[in-house]
Amino acid sequence: MEEKKIFEKGNIAIAMAAIAAGCKYYFGYPITPQSDIPEYLSRELPRVGGVFLQSESEVAAINMLLGAAATGARVMTSSSGPGISLMQEGISYMAGDELPAVIVNVSRSGPGLGGISPSQGDYFQATRGGGHGDYRTMVLAPHSVQEMWDFTIMAFDLADKYRNPVIILADGMLGQMKEPFVTRMPEPIPYPPKDSWALTGAKGRPGRVIKSLYLGHLELEKHVWKLNEKYERMKKEDTRWEEYMLDDPEIVVVAFGSAARIAKTAVKVARQEGYRVGLLRPITLFPYPYKRIRELSEKVEKFLTVELNAGQMVEDVMIGVGARSKVYFYGRPNGVGSLPTPEEIYNEIIKTLKNEKVPVNEF
Amino acid sequence: MAEIARKVFSKPKSMKDKPFHFCPGCHHGIVHRLVGEAIDTLGIREKTIGVASVGCSVFLYDYFDVDVLEAPHGRAPAEATAIKRVLPDSVVFIYQGDGDLAAIGTAEIIHAANRGENFTVIFINNANYGMTGGQMAPTTLLGMKTATSPYGRDFRREGYPIKMSEIIAQLEGSAFVARGAVNKPANLNKTKKYILKAFEYQIKGMGFSFVEVLSACPTDWGMTPVEACEFIEREMIPYYPLGILKEKKVPDHL
Ligand SMILES: Cc1ncc(C[n+]2csc(CCOP(=O)(O)OP(=O)(O)O)c2C)c(N)n1
Ligand code: SF4
Repeated sequence: MEEKKIFEKGNIAIAMAAIAAGCKYYFGYPITPQSDIPEYLSRELPRVGGVFLQSESEVAAINMLLGAAATGARVMTSSSGPGISLMQEGISYMAGDELPAVIVNVSRSGPGLGGISPSQGDYFQATRGGGHGDYRTMVLAPHSVQEMWDFTIMAFDLADKYRNPVIILADGMLGQMKEPFVTRMPEPIPYPPKDSWALTGAKGRPGRVIKSLYLGHLELEKHVWKLNEKYERMKKEDTRWEEYMLDDPEIVVVAFGSAARIAKTAVKVARQEGYRVGLLRPITLFPYPYKRIRELSEKVEKFLTVELNAGQMVEDVMIGVGARSKVYFYGRPNGVGSLPTPEEIYNEIIKTLKNEKVPVNEF
Repeated sequence: MAEIARKVFSKPKSMKDKPFHFCPGCHHGIVHRLVGEAIDTLGIREKTIGVASVGCSVFLYDYFDVDVLEAPHGRAPAEATAIKRVLPDSVVFIYQGDGDLAAIGTAEIIHAANRGENFTVIFINNANYGMTGGQMAPTTLLGMKTATSPYGRDFRREGYPIKMSEIIAQLEGSAFVARGAVNKPANLNKTKKYILKAFEYQIKGMGFSFVEVLSACPTDWGMTPVEACEFIEREMIPYYPLGILKEKKVPDHL
């Protein structure tokens, strides 16, 4: 594919990247702030011989995703907030079935109908499985339109590598803002062939089944441990994060997605003013870069977590830090007008340095 | 002697040689067999993909030697939609109970039918939720006692038994809709034809085909197998009349 520089919305970058990754099937239901994705794909997928289908609900969409994934096809859906909640039963089945697919959450604010402004309130839902039962999904958190493109392509490879759903956790800001990005193909991630399990009709072989029901003695336990081995492999092989101005820090800001994007400016300004501050940005929210946080906590006394919610990822920062360092929190739970400015985050950094904030991990 | 040794009955080739787990007198096994016979007759085993639903028929994959996907409760029409869209040359059938299709999965079946999805639905109407212990279904007859309608279904409390075939038939997208029963040989033979025809409709690209089968659940009805067959004849068929409700002559896309 020819590399081009394009100026477009994050949602469009995701939709374009899906086609570039060889995804020919999309099933979804409209919801703000992600509807550019189905709108774009309804126009473009038929042109590449693919299928766009607007389902009757997100429940139907996720089950269509399940059906298409079972044939071995690359398939994607996208939604936000309430729609992602409706998909959870299906996502749980797909994890149990070991089916690869990409699910995009251009998240909005909640609970309930909440609002359509950018939010990171779906962190727990995305990183803890979200639906019923003992499973995980891999979660990628872009923080720029370029990464909306890059991570979408990566997500398809990772889904196929692990035979597991991969969630792209973006938000309304990343979905709606326009930025230049390059239509580049990231380093491909190898994955095993699908012909040993895909349902394509039992031509010249016995029938096979894709299921998540295990009623035999010890059968389900065995299955869950097998799934768990994959999650352990994800932790070893595919934990990703970005380090920004992290040399010899006195304080580490931890933030992902849009919050990280804003925090970067605050960190840069603080550095320019001589404060020893850096940013750790988790890129995979599951698997989470606990190990790197642990390493940093051996030298750094203060961690400031910045999130667009009332405090979710901060719990993972606390797990990584243990009792070694102090963890502080600055959160702006969604809603119109609640997006913090770089100045506000800068002020929190300074307050933390001056011991004007109370750590959240001193119980 | 040769006459005595002649084999007159065997399992369809598209089915595995495995005894059914169904209760004695349950009609699921008979309908499974009719589906297997249709697959054999049409020679489509190697391109058939079945979608099992959640209910007593969840173990479809234990009995059919075809590719089978297990769908969440009520959602099989969504899975089938996607499979058929990705693999248009495959033959896709779904097999759903009345809790699955007429309660939790109402939206999925209506919209799949309305889109005219080109797959085949086998719908088992046994007037209750078999697998979970005989609770009331949307198809439970008025006055019928179930685990969750212990005083008998009353339309003022629980509404009326839902006639899915009639609903599906009036949707523009459906191509073939029939209701059969397997409670006696004459009905069984007709149902066998309906199921075969439903698959033929799909193979010809005619669109959505749907066969409802009135089925006995002697265990949860608290009846003997013979009483259950009589109950179908006496109580169910008058409310759920048998026959072909719709058969399009030409596909919509022509
Ligand atoms: C989301 C969800 N809700 C409820 C159930 C429990 N459940 C399993 S089977 C079933 C009803 C099955 O009845 P029916 O579809 O009529 O099939 P039958 O067993 O009678 O053949 C229910 C409610 C479930 N598995 N999933
Ligand atoms: S409970 Fe009813 S539907 Fe289920 S196997 Fe037994 S008789 Fe058949």
